[in-house]
Amino acid sequence: MTDTYEIVEPVVGTTPVSSQFGNGSVVRSETNGGRNSRRPREFTSADVWSLAGSAISAACLNWLIFARFSSGAGWFGILLCTYVTFVAIFAVVTADRLGRLVAVDRVVTVIVMSAGVIVMVPLVLLVAYILVQGVKALRLTFFVHDQTGITPVLPATAGGGAHALVGTIEQVGLALLWSLPLGLAAAVFLNESRSKWRRPVRIFVDAMSGLPSIVAGLFIFAVLIIPFGTSGGLFGFNGFMASLALALVMLPTITRTVEVVLRLVPDGLREASLAMGASRARTVWSVVFPTARTGMTTAVVLGIARAVGETAPLLFTAFGYDLMNSNPFSGAQESLPLFVYRNIRKPDVNAIARGFSGALVLMLLVLVLFAIARFIGSDHSKRRNARASKNKVPAKNATPLDLTSTMFKGDLQS
Amino acid sequence: MTDLISRSTTLGRSTETPPPRMQSGRVELIGGPPPGPASIEAVDACAWFGDHLVLEGVDLLMPAGEVTALIGPSGCGKSTFLRLLNRMHELIPGAALDGKILLGGSDIYEVGRRAQQIRTRIGMVFQKPNPFPAMSIRENVLSGLKLARIKCDDKDGLVEQSLVRASLWKEVRDRLDRPGGALSGGQQQRLCIARSLAVQPNVLLMDEPCSALDPTSTGRVEETIAELRGDVTVVIVTHNMQQAQRVSDHCAFFLAEENQPGFVVEKGLTRDMFTNPIDSRTLNYVQGRFG
Repeated sequence: MTDTYEIVEPVVGTTPVSSQFGNGSVVRSETNGGRNSRRPREFTSADVWSLAGSAISAACLNWLIFARFSSGAGWFGILLCTYVTFVAIFAVVTADRLGRLVAVDRVVTVIVMSAGVIVMVPLVLLVAYILVQGVKALRLTFFVHDQTGITPVLPATAGGGAHALVGTIEQVGLALLWSLPLGLAAAVFLNESRSKWRRPVRIFVDAMSGLPSIVAGLFIFAVLIIPFGTSGGLFGFNGFMASLALALVMLPTITRTVEVVLRLVPDGLREASLAMGASRARTVWSVVFPTARTGMTTAVVLGIARAVGETAPLLFTAFGYDLMNSNPFSGAQESLPLFVYRNIRKPDVNAIARGFSGALVLMLLVLVLFAIARFIGSDHSKRRNARASKNKVPAKNATPLDLTSTMFKGDLQS
Repeated sequence: MTDLISRSTTLGRSTETPPPRMQSGRVELIGGPPPGPASIEAVDACAWFGDHLVLEGVDLLMPAGEVTALIGPSGCGKSTFLRLLNRMHELIPGAALDGKILLGGSDIYEVGRRAQQIRTRIGMVFQKPNPFPAMSIRENVLSGLKLARIKCDDKDGLVEQSLVRASLWKEVRDRLDRPGGALSGGQQQRLCIARSLAVQPNVLLMDEPCSALDPTSTGRVEETIAELRGDVTVVIVTHNMQQAQRVSDHCAFFLAEENQPGFVVEKGLTRDMFTNPIDSRTLNYVQGRFG
């Protein structure tokens, strides 16, 4: 296939452009060794042109109607009318060109695609807004300084959120320390045991994942901080209490994700292990966990990403603090979401700008975590795909085997 | 018995140089099964899934060091019987059993015997090759040591010996650190055999080991089985009549009538079963008239 592309010669008389008009939904895109290869149902340049033409005509028509002939309507009304006109014109043009069947197909395609675009709009706007607002006051000092000596007269670039970053890392780190063993144990219980209690436990985990996060904070506040709390003590407002609340939020996420990943491990591997005289615990530890390793890492990162952005559980646990407090076990502590929350509410333009910087840093942190999760996840699927494609290669063919195997080797060592 | 062992040594492919470690005896394991093949015998074995009796009154002796084939149509309880033999049956929720399974004369279901220890003595190879994907070839072979808590001082020797016994050594000796999943289907199955052999079991159970393999790989696995003769007791479930004829010394024909539990119709030497069966149903089955 590939070398036919290299020796391709233009054949006199078959200009691909000529097929743009007429000829049904047939596309002649490439001249392939003297033959025209075509893909049915493909969007051709003719379709793109009719799309653009329809859009322009719809825009002009509506401009004419609303701006020239009438006193106008709201921008949203004009937009809506333009879209409807655009779809109608496109339908008529395509029906005229390719027939009714193709026209219906194209129109539905266009509507579905525009729905996709509409879904993207708020997301892009949100990210862009935070980016624009946050970049203004974001300097490198943000990662070094806390809010020492910050007064309303100082510019937004003064001070920083290092204390919040440290707080976030400590609280989430501790929360991971509590929730990971519990989550793993629960996932193993749900997936590897045969207890009749699995169903109730699963229902509880599901219910917990729907728990409003402020309730998690409230729970810690009511159960630990009110009865046992002393200022500066272990059960006062501090990062440790925050980590407990965050662990409550992370626990169901980690449990369910790990459970799903464990379920993907083929039963044949468990049987093989048991048939060699391994105990059930040994099988989970030496066969199931290593096989599900990448998926489990993804689960953990997703759990972290979930907890990093939580504000509500921290409100009456970490409480928030303007200065650096690197000891999570004593005294109120800041975290990035709290930093944003507390600054945005201040009646001070500069503080609000600092809040936006915090939001941007928080978003970047979540982005980095998701990137890590995606990287690990895709690494996993790549490995599986590579293995699947390898099975098609004859066993004696050494070269492709070597190539992919080196890839595996790196994966195993990591 | 003695002529069986001598037959097994002459069966080794004579064209290639003999593997050195095989001649100089076994790599020693600490905490492994007792050496040598062991006979395994079912006495009035029955099996249930829930209330459903799937296997009734099976009496079958599988002599030490010989190959016994279990044949019969699907759903007649061959695989269930095989899983009774190494206590894998009890892992299925709702599964129950009756009767005795004697390994070298003592019942494996006796109170106080650990199922894990039994399974170390009775290895199993499954229908679908299932090497551990997270482990290299070498780790796969040695996985039994870790899983069954057996110690071995000469791990390299054990890897080589097990792979040689599974006729895989020549193909993989240069890439022992590659993942086991990267091998072809037939190689994966032989890797699974090597993995089972590494703990030096007394009995090896094979549940349709070739049904997912192409004829060439099937041939290699059958050669492997032939070389194991005398070394370990092999019990193989197969749907392939020719395979049963090629590899086995003894044969048992299982059958289940509609909604009735499976039972053994006929058992005996393979050549008698295939040339001169007593029961007409056996004759029909081995000649391919049903099933």
